[in-house]
Amino acid sequence: MKSFQKFATSLLLAGLFASWAGCGSSGASSSDGAKERITLLNVSYDPTRELYEEVNAEFEKQYEEKTGTPIKVEQSHGGAGKQARAVIDGLKADVLTLAIAYDIDQVSELTQLFPKDWQKRLDNNSCPYTSTIVFLVRSGNPKQIKDWDDLVKEGVEVITPNPKTSGGARYNYLGAWGYALKKFGNDEQKARDFVKKLYENVPVLGSGARDSTTTFVQREQGDVLITWENEALLALKELGPEKFEIVVPSISILAEPPVTVVDKNAAAHGAQEAAQAYLEYLYSPAGQKLAAKHFYRPSLEQHADPEDLKRFQEVELFDVDDVFGGWSEAQAKHFNDGGIFDVIQEEIASSK
Amino acid sequence: MSNTFAKRQVIPGFGITMGYTVTYLSLIVLIPLAALFIKSAGLGWDDFWKAVWNPRVIASYKLTFGASLVAAIVNAVCGFVVAWTLVRYKFPGKAIIDAMIDLPFALPTAVSGIALTAVYSSHGWFGQYLEPLGIKVAYTPLGITLALVFIGLPFVVRTLQPALADLERESEEAAASLGANRFQTFTRVILPTILPALLTGFALSLARAIGEYGSVVFISGNMPMRTEITSLLIISKLEQYDTAGAAAISVVMLIASFGLLLAINMLQHLAGRRYTAGA
Repeated sequence: MKSFQKFATSLLLAGLFASWAGCGSSGASSSDGAKERITLLNVSYDPTRELYEEVNAEFEKQYEEKTGTPIKVEQSHGGAGKQARAVIDGLKADVLTLAIAYDIDQVSELTQLFPKDWQKRLDNNSCPYTSTIVFLVRSGNPKQIKDWDDLVKEGVEVITPNPKTSGGARYNYLGAWGYALKKFGNDEQKARDFVKKLYENVPVLGSGARDSTTTFVQREQGDVLITWENEALLALKELGPEKFEIVVPSISILAEPPVTVVDKNAAAHGAQEAAQAYLEYLYSPAGQKLAAKHFYRPSLEQHADPEDLKRFQEVELFDVDDVFGGWSEAQAKHFNDGGIFDVIQEEIASSK
Repeated sequence: MSNTFAKRQVIPGFGITMGYTVTYLSLIVLIPLAALFIKSAGLGWDDFWKAVWNPRVIASYKLTFGASLVAAIVNAVCGFVVAWTLVRYKFPGKAIIDAMIDLPFALPTAVSGIALTAVYSSHGWFGQYLEPLGIKVAYTPLGITLALVFIGLPFVVRTLQPALADLERESEEAAASLGANRFQTFTRVILPTILPALLTGFALSLARAIGEYGSVVFISGNMPMRTEITSLLIISKLEQYDTAGAAAISVVMLIASFGLLLAINMLQHLAGRRYTAGA
């Protein structure tokens, strides 16, 4: 009982202290004329957690040296769609770093916090780093999976998340579709049949990317996991390369996780310049090095560590804009209610 | 009706307490729910029906309400046994077992979902032995039901325990001395007494199961028309920024849940009255 009381008291004190410290950090320049501390909120998606932990620490140091203004970057992570909705509902993000442009488009459209043409403001479609879609197979590749074709074969079980609930999984679907278009000379009907055959081989649709990775890796379900390259490389690092192999298909889709400043939110507390500097830091040699270290393909390869670059295999890439006419169109045609993915799923369900 | 108000109560001021209750309920429950209705009203009838009444959503209603009902029934039976054991017997480690009952309340639902899937998937501790027998648990409606049983158990046990503790052994002895066998004693003496509490536990467990998301999505497999729960469809509507559509499905669930709970409440009322009337 005594120890419990002690514990409770210390909790209470900690709470009081935290609230006091919290009040202190919200501005109020210190007496010796040092500049006010700026706090930035970076609202991101799940797999970037480790990357931004490191980026933020480095950026905070560098920014203070350069400008004399102390800065603190706070992070928020979650499923990309959830994060975008949080910002729409009033979470005060200064920068958004999400998985697909569509989510950022929606924020712009529904809140008008930053202009519609946000994606033109930074190089490389506002993507400081990119990725692609690859396959993770079990050690020794027992089913001999080499390309998208092998995913539609009889007896191959494919694990991929549900594109209705996972932003990242939309790339998996579009990757298969784009491959089929190329294979069948842009025949939409044949591409649709190909994708349907692929989803017939999917026994479980995870609700998110990490959910599917867990299903494949830890529950040992399925023969192949379709996943972002950075997730696959991370899984290999975490679990040991002796259990799994990465298979890069002949052609794949360019995954573009874009970034933007949320102008009005940042301007509201005088952090616009800092937010801009933060995103520019991602393009700087130091930022590019970190992106490559954390398994994202840097947009400026010359800055990355050659050792890190070795992990990225050469692959022919197509992008959403060229093949699908941009995200809004792809979303409306394939993923919204009653779209092609829904119809395919209903056909599969009624044939079982 | 008037005599209920006129009766002297321990806490005076029916007006004040009632006013407080209505205000509190409005702030915490009714106003947020009203917002749901208003959101979905933005759709118009045609779109509303399209959102809430298509084969895929109907399949999810059947699964959600079906699995929740089965889980609540299982919980009512098993929870009764657990509560009985905890109330009637003394055994070493009882306090620990009693405390463990609340674990499903305390765990983040995602944790329960992941743990259950780990145990019941085809390579899991139990799953590897069940699969050869042709029993697939994870990624089937059976797995969903299991997750709902897991999260609903504490409701039944915790509502039954006080009722069972109040049950006097003397009444059982009296029944026995009047020639009732064990079965009769159970159905005529014990069950009527605890039925209202049992129904409350059943209702709570059912209501919780209908709205459950976190623990189910990991074990369900989320296959359209087969293992998609309604909560998942609501989330997938939100992913498309279709807030109105999500609200529409929520409204249907809300009305259905409310209807079910109301029916159970009526039953409870009847059960309580029958017992006190000494029928």
